[in-house]
Amino acid sequence: MTVIFDGIASGMLLFLISVGLSVTLGLMNFINLAHGAFAMVGGYVCVSLLNKMGVPFLAALPLAALATAAVGVVLERTLYCRLYAATHLDQVLFSIGLVFMSIATAHYFFGAQQQPLTLPDFLQGQINLPGLDMGIYRLFLIVLGLAIAFGLQRLVSGTRFGARLRASVDNPRAARGVGINVERIFTLTFALGSALAGLGGALGVEMLGLDPGFPVKYIVYFLIVVAVGGSGSITGSLVAALILGVADVAGKYYLPQVGAFVIYAIMVLMLIVRPQGLFGRRLAR
Amino acid sequence: MNVPTLDLTPLRRADRWHPAEWVFWLLPVAAYFIFPNNLVLLTQITITALFCLSLDLILGYAGIVSLGHAAFFGIGAYAAGLLSAHGFGDPLMGLVVAALVSALVGYLTSFLVLRGADLTRLMVTLGVSMMLYEIANKLTFITGGVDGLQGIEMKPLFGQFEFDLYGKTAYWYAVAVLFVLFWVARRLVHSPFGLSLKGIRLNVGRMPAIGAPVNARLSAVYTIGAIYAGVAGALLAQTTQFVALDVLSFNRSAELMLILVLGGSGSLYGALVGAILFMAAHHLLSDINPEYWQFWLGALLILIVLFARDGVMGALRRLRTALGKGSKK
Repeated sequence: MTVIFDGIASGMLLFLISVGLSVTLGLMNFINLAHGAFAMVGGYVCVSLLNKMGVPFLAALPLAALATAAVGVVLERTLYCRLYAATHLDQVLFSIGLVFMSIATAHYFFGAQQQPLTLPDFLQGQINLPGLDMGIYRLFLIVLGLAIAFGLQRLVSGTRFGARLRASVDNPRAARGVGINVERIFTLTFALGSALAGLGGALGVEMLGLDPGFPVKYIVYFLIVVAVGGSGSITGSLVAALILGVADVAGKYYLPQVGAFVIYAIMVLMLIVRPQGLFGRRLAR
Repeated sequence: MNVPTLDLTPLRRADRWHPAEWVFWLLPVAAYFIFPNNLVLLTQITITALFCLSLDLILGYAGIVSLGHAAFFGIGAYAAGLLSAHGFGDPLMGLVVAALVSALVGYLTSFLVLRGADLTRLMVTLGVSMMLYEIANKLTFITGGVDGLQGIEMKPLFGQFEFDLYGKTAYWYAVAVLFVLFWVARRLVHSPFGLSLKGIRLNVGRMPAIGAPVNARLSAVYTIGAIYAGVAGALLAQTTQFVALDVLSFNRSAELMLILVLGGSGSLYGALVGAILFMAAHHLLSDINPEYWQFWLGALLILIVLFARDGVMGALRRLRTALGKGSKK
């Protein structure tokens, strides 16, 4: 039971970080390998606020998200917007370039060491039930993850903004024709994706650690979630993240000698069976 | 009846060796005499060039986006390394075995790669290489794990030439292998097979209509690319007499893509030029400041994507057209 619980919690964390990627990659069809770099920005902002300025943890989280969103908007306006129409290969190369730069920058400002993070008291400790030990922070992650999944699903499928967004992605020309400001929608969406990345990055410091290698170390996991879940599907990402989280934790717990192998094997298998992902929409291109 | 014939002269002409190419292949000879103390670095450049050539075949010509090409490099390196660590130190035999093993894995995984579009391909190639990385990492008793594979002892090449401390034999060996495989690749891309690959990259929908079996062609070129990468890995294992776990790493795949784009994908010389420029810059700049190297590398990549999409070779081509126009006036 505890293994499953921990798996769900780590899956939820994966979901929190990669749902931002599901928004940019899935909805906007941009292969953004630099997503981990945005998560890293959120992580560093959160850690700096906590340790250097003494901002409380719960206040640092939204600030981290906002700061990352700001970075995202600047990059989107200056660089990303030029590449929406480019080939996937170009997008991959471009975002790898960003990753390299972000790693070097993080290295320059923060050094190579892991960043320490102490959680506030009310998030530490465990709740012990018969047969189940729940870390309070993990419970917090699960609740937050569910809330965000629900909120996003509402946003994309139930609001005017969501409808405009889907229209802009599916057919930018027609969307422009009916008076939708496609550029602004894309900028806002990118900001949303970056904010989610930043939030996830900040939340992940405690469990994943934070050092300049972060964008490369975990990008594979985020991509797996999106690719397996099916691009653009928030429910898909959630399910995929949970499966991967449970499989990863269970694999490490029961078969430590196999390690991360399990997660890659599952991904390749899933992609062979369903190349569009679990809940894939039709391909936009 | 009058059968219309196609004029194939331009294609035939492209197949012929241009004088500039002969000059290019004098470079490794010249480099040997100009930098006699840097033979190890020169060997590394040669191996990287071969590795890059293999990605060029599948990405530049056939348009398969792979983020896990290091998988085959690593397979080749481990195959050759293990072989000689267990007493079969003949270099050429090592190359052949490495080529065979990576061909097998390449052929088998090519069917995975054929499914799905760019993103799926990206993830599957990445996933396969990460799986191999984990396997090599965990099978410590075979591969040495994180410590790397040690105890590789090479027999003399052809029973004649010892692998010396200065890397002279290693250098000529690598250059010779590169040249032979380059020559083969050159024949390949100008053959009907190579042209059909270009056709697949440019318009996948139309190729079946003119009778080209798309999946079989892609699978074939993926296997060939795997062989080239495997041989490159084997060369690295043999010349350095060591296999580090990082031969399989994600960084290696990503860096390789960068090198290819820097040189210009879809042109065989692009792969070679990219490798030379990249390795030389890496050698010079990371001596000065290893941290900034990565920063500028990233910046360069972004600039290439935004402004010089076809790399150095593309720039050269444009320069030549511009000069050609100028002289005609």
